[in-house]
Amino acid sequence: MGYFLGLIVVLVALWTGLSGEYTLTKPLIATLGAISILLSGLLAYRFDILDREGSPYARLPQFLAYWAWLVVEIFKANWVVIKACLRSTLDINPALVKVKTGCESDLARTVFANSITLTPGTVSVEVEGNKILVHALYEDSAGPGAFDDMDRRSREACDGKAKS
Amino acid sequence: MTAILDLWAAFRPALGSALLLVGAVLAVIGTVGVLRFPDFYSRLHAASITDTAAATLALVGMALLAPSFAVVFKLAVVWLFLFLTGPTSSHALANAAHTAGLQPLIGRVGSENGGEG
Repeated sequence: MGYFLGLIVVLVALWTGLSGEYTLTKPLIATLGAISILLSGLLAYRFDILDREGSPYARLPQFLAYWAWLVVEIFKANWVVIKACLRSTLDINPALVKVKTGCESDLARTVFANSITLTPGTVSVEVEGNKILVHALYEDSAGPGAFDDMDRRSREACDGKAKS
Repeated sequence: MTAILDLWAAFRPALGSALLLVGAVLAVIGTVGVLRFPDFYSRLHAASITDTAAATLALVGMALLAPSFAVVFKLAVVWLFLFLTGPTSSHALANAAHTAGLQPLIGRVGSENGGEG
């Protein structure tokens, strides 16, 4: 039920934001919005995707904190790749490394692997169990322990502080 | 307070245009990287500059130039979707190449074979 309510709240926010109708002065648009939101909620319920992956909004504050940290990391990593692109003599050191993750749930693993890909200079190639195959532009940027901080933060954002 | 708001109103279009320009330059840099890097996997890294930094700066620039809050909201949604779908498609590409058996170039690529390698 909580997941359903979370989904409805987010859909209402999305609808009002996208349509720009905050005042409900146009009954037709408001009615159409209510119908489509209820239909989406009903379909999500029928498809049985109303779980912590389909509606993860209860952890929104943690996700936002992680997101803010990740954006800073992305810009730092961008700088390295930009310099690699513009250097007059090409000087890269690609490597393929296996990263072990402490993330238990599928959601946390997805967030972790997506964060690796999102950060320029590293791409997650394959996920097998709790090991992620990562291709890195510079070998030392993917050395042992390079992803520990990101791993811990994505696990805490998705699964909470307690290590399960 | 009104003085600060006036200053912001005067400064906003310039800041938005500057951010758009920086975003465009970053997209060009990403393209240069795609052309210069030696193999498929390293080219993915160059393309991710365009995916992340260029898109973010361009969208922030557009948000500063936007006439109303509704447009800013839509740009924020676009940004969110870009950041969710971009890594998914990059991962799909890399995974497909890996599954197909494409071996990545490993080890230091120096100036000897740089660009052509």
